Amino acid sequence: MRTTQRKDEPTLLMEPKAAVTTSAWQHHHILDLDDFTPEEIELVFHIADAMKEVLSRPIKKVPTLRGKTIITLFYEPSTRTRLSFELAAKNLSADVLNLSASTSSVTKGESLVDTLGTLEALGADIVVMRHPQSGAPYIATKYLKVSIVNAGDGWHAHPTQALLDLYTIGKHKGSLKGLKAVIIGDIRHSRVARSNIWGLTTMGAKVTLCCPFTLLPTGLDKQHYHFPQVSIEPDIELALDGADVIMALRLQLERQQGGLLPSIREYIQLYQLTESRLSKAKPEALVLHPGPVNEGVEISPAVAYCPQSVINEQVANGVAVRMALLYLLVGSKE
Amino acid sequence: MKSLLIHGGHIIDPSQGIDEIGSLLITEGKISWLGRGEITPPQPGYDILHAQGLIVCPGFIDLHCHLRQPGFEEKETIATGTRAAARGGFTTICCMPNTNPPLDNQAIVDYVKSMAATEGMVRVLPIGCISKGRKGKELAEMGELASSGVIAYSDDGEPVINSHLMRQALDYSRAFGLPIIDHCEDTVLTEGGQMNDGIISTRLGLRGIPAAAEEIIVARDLALAELTGGRLHIAHVSTEGSVDLIRRAKEKGIRVTAEVTPHHLTLTEENVIGYNTNAKVNPPLRTKRDIQALIQGLKEGVIDIMTTDHAPHTEADKLCEFDVAAFGISGLETALGSLMSLVHDGQLTLATFIAKFTCEPAKIIGNKYGKLGTLDIGVSADITIFDPALNWVVDTKAFASKGRNTPLAGSVLKGKVMATISQGKLVYKDDLLSLSKEKM
Amino acid sequence: MSKKIIMTPEDIRQTLARIAHEIIERNKTIEHLILVGMRTRGLPLAKRLAAYIEDFEKLKIPVGALDISLYRDDLTSLNLQPVVKRTDIPVNIDDKAIVLVDDVLYTGRSTRAAMDALIDLGRPQSIQLAVLVDRGHRELPIRANYVGKNIPSSRHEEIQVQLEETDGIDEVAIISMPAAKERQ
Repeated sequence: MRTTQRKDEPTLLMEPKAAVTTSAWQHHHILDLDDFTPEEIELVFHIADAMKEVLSRPIKKVPTLRGKTIITLFYEPSTRTRLSFELAAKNLSADVLNLSASTSSVTKGESLVDTLGTLEALGADIVVMRHPQSGAPYIATKYLKVSIVNAGDGWHAHPTQALLDLYTIGKHKGSLKGLKAVIIGDIRHSRVARSNIWGLTTMGAKVTLCCPFTLLPTGLDKQHYHFPQVSIEPDIELALDGADVIMALRLQLERQQGGLLPSIREYIQLYQLTESRLSKAKPEALVLHPGPVNEGVEISPAVAYCPQSVINEQVANGVAVRMALLYLLVGSKE
Repeated sequence: MKSLLIHGGHIIDPSQGIDEIGSLLITEGKISWLGRGEITPPQPGYDILHAQGLIVCPGFIDLHCHLRQPGFEEKETIATGTRAAARGGFTTICCMPNTNPPLDNQAIVDYVKSMAATEGMVRVLPIGCISKGRKGKELAEMGELASSGVIAYSDDGEPVINSHLMRQALDYSRAFGLPIIDHCEDTVLTEGGQMNDGIISTRLGLRGIPAAAEEIIVARDLALAELTGGRLHIAHVSTEGSVDLIRRAKEKGIRVTAEVTPHHLTLTEENVIGYNTNAKVNPPLRTKRDIQALIQGLKEGVIDIMTTDHAPHTEADKLCEFDVAAFGISGLETALGSLMSLVHDGQLTLATFIAKFTCEPAKIIGNKYGKLGTLDIGVSADITIFDPALNWVVDTKAFASKGRNTPLAGSVLKGKVMATISQGKLVYKDDLLSLSKEKM
Repeated sequence: MSKKIIMTPEDIRQTLARIAHEIIERNKTIEHLILVGMRTRGLPLAKRLAAYIEDFEKLKIPVGALDISLYRDDLTSLNLQPVVKRTDIPVNIDDKAIVLVDDVLYTGRSTRAAMDALIDLGRPQSIQLAVLVDRGHRELPIRANYVGKNIPSSRHEEIQVQLEETDGIDEVAIISMPAAKERQ
């Protein structure tokens, strides 16, 4: 039986219309994208749309999280991601505290577990955490009742980045189903790549990984494990053929010291996204990059600023997507 | 000391081929009589331990464990470690020399022996270092170590990376008839590694430790054993490839023995999912395929014995980011329970299982400390009594070991040690077991 | 459970036409008027009112949609978050006379949230409220300027408004539940 969704009435027994509530949302924490259903991802997109409208107003503020405290805990320096979360929180009228710990103090876990206890005592409602070691936010979920948002842990995951990447693609392409997405770069050490692989395949896209074999993590090729939507193509021109979406990853220059690459020069020769290589993709192919861009390394300046590049949109969409996630978390129960 | 009769249990002693109901009499710390069936001992005057429905076998021998003393007493001491051994049914344990200072000279070995004599609950046999200071550069004084009582040499915790040193160790040790135990790991390849290299490590974003890193050093060590004719023992084998290498080496007559741990026989890399630091161990937990190969290796005798590689750590060592957490599983008290699953599944017979913990390790240790791993008349009474079918929950708070670090915490295991007798003394008894003080 | 129909499609049609006339009457000039429908059912009602006004006065009045999810005062106590939809008001609201349109007026909290939202969007000259049904039980000092029908109700009754655009049928009914619980 249908009824009005009276927002200020006592909710008597009636089942609200499915479209009106967020029963799809299952998360008290946002740690990784590999356990998100397509419905949850769509839900985030819908709410991000509404948040974008808020961001287009002269007063970009709504009182939704008023009185809530969001603490950012960054063990790795990051201006852009932290600012994006901070803006998202402030636009929702939350109070924001920023803690940054230098990596040198992260030698023993005591510091992490102790710090977490302090945050809870300070009254945090949501903790946004970035840490250089994979799995660190999972420790937080064991010791805190508050919601934890993973802003990047080691090589493991960066779910909010992937969500804003998918959202950006969706704004241009409509549906993600059946799209050919190519990820170029250091996949092995990239949390952005991992989260995007899980997100893109969940939404029905096909993913091609393009990189030197030394930068490819174990088990993603068909030979060893069955991931039908993921394929490997080390030749950039073959990989880009017919691509709808191209994601270039930042190359950490230390990779050469690790012996994984003979030189940055060779990487550039084989894998830089140049205009001529871009022309192998579809004419409306999108170029994404999680930033900050090493211009002249993974991407040529011409491509970074070409009309197909949506790098700046990614940043703008990041605030809207993070607002949507904070909104969804604030009402989530453990 | 009053005599003790272990009455009516199912005696399994692979060293003598005994596998039937019977009773054992212990007099003055030694096994004085063994009777098959219902017969009772001729001389009266003993307490009775009722072992009906239970398995009675020689006391378990652990050729590989870490007692942490001297130097790391916060993780374990000889006192707590031997208590844990007793609870696990182990009457002889061999402690690795990665203490601080390491066991590379007589003085420290004597220290361990005297601590074991005064505070230990079970027999402790020391293993000496291969290299001075465990630094992997120069040979330790193996002669002095041999005469001070070590039963083998090892730099465990670390491999002997320097092939020249490994060759010298295998050669030099021949004079003393003691094996070189190597922890086979190419540490250059595994640097920074946290868990088995595979799809799970990719999903978790953790650096992997590939199977090849173990196999490379196993192959090298086997080649050097062949070259020198020395005695080699491969510690904690964990991969299918290693099993294959050892099999071929034995076929060629190379003098090698090998061991495998309970966790490598029953757990896989999937136990790490969720960043469970209690499942972080070196060599890492591998795959189901590796487990199958290891079990097959045990059955064929390619892998000679089982050991616990008991590696206790403090809570703080494990309560942290995965990368920073210590490697190791506290295993003495769960060894029997977890391994019995292989017997219940029909993969191993009870007799084979017991042999791998009794007469087989005894062969490797030799007769330096008397006849071990047997219920023969006249030997030291080292006896383990266990219930193969009793279900129990692993409660780490009840552990005698200081190390609570096990992925089995809270699990239900089927098979429990009910009593342990070490050198004639009852060092552990489960409350469920009854001991009558009267004559029969 | 019993259901009693209070307004038929014809009743609704007549009521809306009457409200449209009232709006025209009470606003000296309608050039500065904007109708803002509160999602979800306020929006089709606002569109219908605008259609009537255009019919009577031959003047097109802008219609906007307002989503108040982000302004609610009860977000953390709900079992499920409402899905936030876009707020879409096609013209600048500064110095305009806004008529908020909603289907049911009850505690007044939605209206309070809507006013906060509008004030964040600009500085309207005035805000009026038009509702199809007023069911009483105000918890805030809020009053509707235009009321379709007063339906006194108890807290154990549910007022069910259905509209053709959203539910396939025009109908207002009152449903009483035996021993219903208040919201936790």
